[in-house]
Amino acid sequence: MNRNFSREVENNMVNVLEIVEDEYIHPGTRMCAGCAMSLIYRFALKALGPKTILTVPASCLTVLHGMQGFCTTKLSVLHTPFATTGASASGIVASLEEKGLADEICVVAFAGDGGTTDIGIQALSGAAERGTNFIYACYDNEAYMNTGVQRSGSTPLGAFTATTPGGKTRPKKNMPKILEAHGISYVATANGSYPLDLYEKFKKARDIKGTRYIHILSACPPGWGYDPKDTIRIGRLANDTGFWPLYEISNGKFALSQPSKKFLDPAKRKDIEQYLSAQKRFSNISKQDIETYRNYIRDQWNEIKRRLENQ
Amino acid sequence: MSLKLSKNNPHNKAILTTGNYACAEGAIAAGCLLFAGYPITPSSEIAAYMSRRLPEINGTFIQMEDELASIACCIGASYAGKKAMTATSGPGLSLMAENIGLGVMLEAPLVIVTIMRGGPSTGQPTNASQSDVYQVRYASHGDYQIIVLAPSTVQEMYDLTIRAFNLAEKYRTPVIVASDGFLGQMMEPVYYHSNFEKVERKKPQVPPEKYKPFEVFDDDLVPGMAVAGTDYHFYVTGLTHDIEGTPEMTPEGGETLIKRLCDKITRARPDINDWEEKYIDDSDTVVLAYGINARGVPEAIEQARQQGHKMGYVRLKSLWPFPDELMEKLGRQGISKLIVSEMNYGMLIRETQRFQHLFEVSGITIPTTIPFSPKFIYKKMMEEI
Repeated sequence: MNRNFSREVENNMVNVLEIVEDEYIHPGTRMCAGCAMSLIYRFALKALGPKTILTVPASCLTVLHGMQGFCTTKLSVLHTPFATTGASASGIVASLEEKGLADEICVVAFAGDGGTTDIGIQALSGAAERGTNFIYACYDNEAYMNTGVQRSGSTPLGAFTATTPGGKTRPKKNMPKILEAHGISYVATANGSYPLDLYEKFKKARDIKGTRYIHILSACPPGWGYDPKDTIRIGRLANDTGFWPLYEISNGKFALSQPSKKFLDPAKRKDIEQYLSAQKRFSNISKQDIETYRNYIRDQWNEIKRRLENQ
Repeated sequence: MSLKLSKNNPHNKAILTTGNYACAEGAIAAGCLLFAGYPITPSSEIAAYMSRRLPEINGTFIQMEDELASIACCIGASYAGKKAMTATSGPGLSLMAENIGLGVMLEAPLVIVTIMRGGPSTGQPTNASQSDVYQVRYASHGDYQIIVLAPSTVQEMYDLTIRAFNLAEKYRTPVIVASDGFLGQMMEPVYYHSNFEKVERKKPQVPPEKYKPFEVFDDDLVPGMAVAGTDYHFYVTGLTHDIEGTPEMTPEGGETLIKRLCDKITRARPDINDWEEKYIDDSDTVVLAYGINARGVPEAIEQARQQGHKMGYVRLKSLWPFPDELMEKLGRQGISKLIVSEMNYGMLIRETQRFQHLFEVSGITIPTTIPFSPKFIYKKMMEEI
C-alpha cells in the first residue's frame, strides 16, 4: 500500500496526509468482512464533510447503518423506498434551496446498483433531467447482495447469481454513459480499491453545482466468491485488466484518472481472465464469454482513446 | 436447495422443504410456465427456485427491473395464454397495486404470492406478519373483489398455490396467496402429490368473427378468453369498457361492468371459500384464526376442552371474499362468542364485527412478528370468557 500511495503522490493526486481525520461512520458496522462498500462509504463521507444530508434506499447500506439503538452514521440520513432515491433527494434539495441552505449543505443519494440501474433509474433520470443540485453515488457490487445475490442490471456477463444459475447472458448496463447522456455537470467512475482517487472525486463533486453522478465498483466477498482478504486485490484487478476504467467527465470534458491512465496502452493491461478466475461467480464462464470480455475491453478503450484525441 | 429431491421425488414420498420452494413447486404442478419477479425478502427464494426449475420444463423465468414490471409481465403472459405467477412481499405488493386493478379489469388469470413481513414501509423484512390482510384485499383503487388464500403449513403452500391457479383460471381473475415470512422460510415435510384437477381457462365460445372479449354466455359471469396472436382479435383496456372491450364512459356502462366483475367473485363464495373447523357443533365460543398464526389454536382449544370449556375453532384457508356464509352458519349453530386471533392490530376482526347481531366478537389482535403460542392463546381465551 505504501508504495502505491507514494506513487500517487508523485502524480499530483490527493495525498493520504490530506485526508481529513474526522470519521463520519462509527466503527462496528454490520457489514460482511472485507466489504469494499464500508471503505467506500467511509472515504466518501470524509470527503463530503459534516454538512451533508444522505438519502438511502433499501440496500446493503441500510444494513451498515446498524440496528437496535446503534447507528453507525454520524450524518443525517433519510431512508427512502427502493424506487425513489432521486425523487427523495429532489425534495430535500428543494427545501434547502428555499431556506437558502443549498450551497452550504450537500445532498447525497447513496444507492446500490439494483436501486440505481433497475428500480431506481426512473427517479434518478428524472432528478438528473431537472438538473437537481445533488450528488448521486452508486456503489456497484453487481447484484442484489442484500437479499441474497440476485442478478441486477449491473451484473456482468457470465456471473452466477441466485437467479442466473447458468451465468448471466447479458452484459452489465453502462450506467455512467446513461447519466452522461443526461448532460449533467459531473460523471465519474471510482473503485473501492483506490480510496484516494475516490476521495478526490467526492471532494471535487461537492464543489460542483447541478447533478453529479459517481459510480463506484464495490467488490463483495460473499457475492463474488473470493476470500475477504482479497477485496483490494480484486478491485485492483478490475482496474488493471481495463474492465473498470476510472475516469471523470466534468461539463462534457473527459479525463482518465491516474490509476487507469497507463492502460491506454493495451500491453500494460492484464488479461481479463486473471480477474474472472479469481472469483467463484465466474467459475462456469464459457470461453466465448471470456472472448466477449476481451472484445468489450478493447472496444471500451478504443472509445476512450478516440474521446481523448478528439476533445 | 431441495431441487434434486423435488426432481427425483416420485410424488408419493414426503420431502423436507421450505414454504417458498413448496409454493414454487405448487405453481409448476398447476401448470405455471412463466415467473416474473424482483428480489425482496422474505420471498426471494421463490424467484431463485423458479430461475432453475422453469427452464427445465421449457418455462420462462424473467427477473424484472421492479415489481410494476413483474406483475405487468404476468398480465402480458396471461393474455398470451400462459399461466403466470409473481411473488413478492409488502412493499413490492404496494408497487403492484395499479396492475392488480388492471388484472381485475382485464380479467387476466394470474397468481400473486405475497410473503407478508412487518410493515408499513420497510418494516421487518426478515420477520413474519399478518398486517397485509387489508393490502391484499384493497391494494388497487376502484370497486373490485379479489380472491385471497391463506396457507398455514408448508404443505398448504403447495396445495393452495395450486388452488390459486385453478381459481384464477376458473374465474379469470388475479388470485393472491397471502403467506408470511415464517411460512416461506421454514421447513416441513411436503407431499408433492398430483391428485388434483388442473383447471384451464374458458375458451371463446363463438367463432373468431363473432368474438367479443367480454361477452358472457354463462351464469358464472366469466367470459371466454382468447389467446393473443390467434385468429381471435381483441382490444382490451383498463378503461371502463363494454363487452367489445372498447371504452364505455356512460354511467350505465360502468355500473354494468363493475357489478359483473364484483358479482362473479361474490356469487362464487361457496365455491371459493374454504376453512377447517372443529368442535363447532357443541361450542359456545369459537376462535377464528388463519395463516401461520392459526397453528397454536388447536392445542389451546384442546386444553380448554379438557378444562370443560365448550370451545371450538375455525381456521380460514381463504380470506377474501370474506366467508359471510361461515359467519351465518356459526350464528345458526348458536355460538355466543367469536374470538379472532391475528398478528395485526385488528384487521379481519372488523369483517366479523358485521355479524355482532349473531354473536359477540372479541379479538387477540397484536401487531407482533411472532405467531401466538398455544399457551398464550389459552391464557387470552380464558381472559375473554
